[in-house]
Amino acid sequence: MVEESARPIIRVQGLVNRFGRQVVHNELSLEVRPQEILGIVGGSGTGKTVLLRTILGLHRPQAGKIEVYGRDIQRLTPPERLAMDKSFGVTFQTGALISSLTVAENIQLPLREAYEISEDTLDDLVQLNLSLVGLAPDDAEKYPAQLSGGMIKRAALARALSLEPKLLFLDEPTSGLDPISASDFDALLLYLHDQLKLTVVMITHDLDSLFRTCNRVGVIVDGGMVSDTLAGILRNTNPWIHEYFHGPRAHGAEEAAQEEEAQRG
Amino acid sequence: MDALALHREGNDWRLDLKGDWSLDRLPQIDRELDALSGPIEGSVVCDWSRAEHPGLGPVWALLTRLAELGAAQLDIRHEGNPPSSVQLLKKLQLEICTSQGKRTIAVPAREGAIGKLGRFTVQQGTEARGVLAFFGRIASVLGGSFARPRMLRLPSLARHIRETGVAAVPIASLIAFLISVVVAYLGAQQLTRFGASIFVVDLVTIAVLRELGVLLTAVIVAGRSGSAFAAEIGVMQLNQEIDALRAMGFNPIELLVVPRVLALIVALPCLTVIADAMGLAGGGLLCLIDLHIPLAQFTLRLREALSPTTFWAGLVKAPVFGLLIGMVGAYRGMQVRESARELGRLTTIAVVQSIFLVILADALFAVLFEKLDF
Repeated sequence: MVEESARPIIRVQGLVNRFGRQVVHNELSLEVRPQEILGIVGGSGTGKTVLLRTILGLHRPQAGKIEVYGRDIQRLTPPERLAMDKSFGVTFQTGALISSLTVAENIQLPLREAYEISEDTLDDLVQLNLSLVGLAPDDAEKYPAQLSGGMIKRAALARALSLEPKLLFLDEPTSGLDPISASDFDALLLYLHDQLKLTVVMITHDLDSLFRTCNRVGVIVDGGMVSDTLAGILRNTNPWIHEYFHGPRAHGAEEAAQEEEAQRG
Repeated sequence: MDALALHREGNDWRLDLKGDWSLDRLPQIDRELDALSGPIEGSVVCDWSRAEHPGLGPVWALLTRLAELGAAQLDIRHEGNPPSSVQLLKKLQLEICTSQGKRTIAVPAREGAIGKLGRFTVQQGTEARGVLAFFGRIASVLGGSFARPRMLRLPSLARHIRETGVAAVPIASLIAFLISVVVAYLGAQQLTRFGASIFVVDLVTIAVLRELGVLLTAVIVAGRSGSAFAAEIGVMQLNQEIDALRAMGFNPIELLVVPRVLALIVALPCLTVIADAMGLAGGGLLCLIDLHIPLAQFTLRLREALSPTTFWAGLVKAPVFGLLIGMVGAYRGMQVRESARELGRLTTIAVVQSIFLVILADALFAVLFEKLDF
């Protein structure tokens, strides 16, 4: 384990992001280690999604270095860039399913682009990905507009998983879900993480989800990143972090997490 | 290298899996799996000892193919360090099998020609009613605005007049100028053969003032603003912004549709006047250069050629065209539901239909003016 954590999958150093005069990230640094679930939290407007977009290469930072699998993502040739993109699975806040394609076609989209596979096998793979995320086979033929919020999140996850990524980025996967669906989603994520040996970077405001799934937590405060194990973050003395994790809404979630931990032994 | 090899061992089968079994090699694995021929009975042993990096997809394809080949009775065992995902995938496969047992697929009944005709008629009927209701809502807002002028939303109206009218001045002027030059040139070529080149002035001025000025402007505005209305309102519809407005107690017709339609009713006549002027300028310029008719003679001839109503016969059509374009654009925008493709489809329909309606209305006006001797 020690050896593995010595070589992070993602290493962000000295990241600076500015929009006009507004400084979002100031010398932000972050490491993501193999096979961990890292939760990223921060107040509204602290640039969680911007950080994600920067790591994905969708946004060019003013300064800073981002290495994924030890490669600087700003110095990739187009073919390397493509290979890198194929090794990521990403879900966006609102699902971002292509609205004019069915769920099946959405899941097949990256597969079709990458490989020449027969239609039968594509259909089989759709069934595989749907059942991985707990959607019914019948849902394959539905359009995104016919799905509920929870199903959209699952379908987006199915599409993100279709190229069998080792690295999964989730932007608020449980926001807008009822507690039961959110809890199901957590269980699903833990299950997939365990079965598929995924590394997960997850932006979330859902403390229940955070306590239940994440090994480590990164908090964006004052443009920088404080990352630690969950226990370490809970002991952190920064006023904002303390408020976030010990505020009125945090206690229930923490107790529930501890209870579950105790039950698991 | 082959990814798999199937051979018999006594009564049983043995499947050797070799080399890279990651998703990247799925196309080849898929072909080889397809080439396997059944039926395979009894039991089959999958030997994973020489396979590397087994991915979910390929393992899934293997399990699915084996299930196809051997039906339910086949006893599949995995040996030689099988991938950890096998257990997971077997479980999922079982779930799918059980859920598919319960699944009924509804096959839509084929409809004959009469059925299609009926569906089409009903669709057209509901559509006509929808358009009428839409027009009614706009009219009721306009009617209500006499009592409450605030309903007209003047700031919004002003913005739309600027965007649909003022911003369209350069393109409308340019097109009117160029087309009238072309018309005058063609006329000059024909008419000089009869020594009647002075009648080019009649041709250009009457064509521009009665028809071309207003018609070209309407077509440009339909392309610019009709599509913009449909797209703007359509995206708001997709983002649930219109639902939000309704929930806050606003009338979307009053807030979004009426200012746009009114803006076009105001902007289109103004643009037409400008287009008319530019058209006459184009005609005059060609007469001067090509036919050597000086400007003084051009204006003199122009006054003789035009009856007092010619200018108005063109201009009076402009507000009607504006109303048609604005209404079609906004109506199609309000119809957008569900997907980005709908947005594109309805925007296209908005432009095509508004141009069609403009030309149809123009034809009706021509008949009407003929009867009225206008």
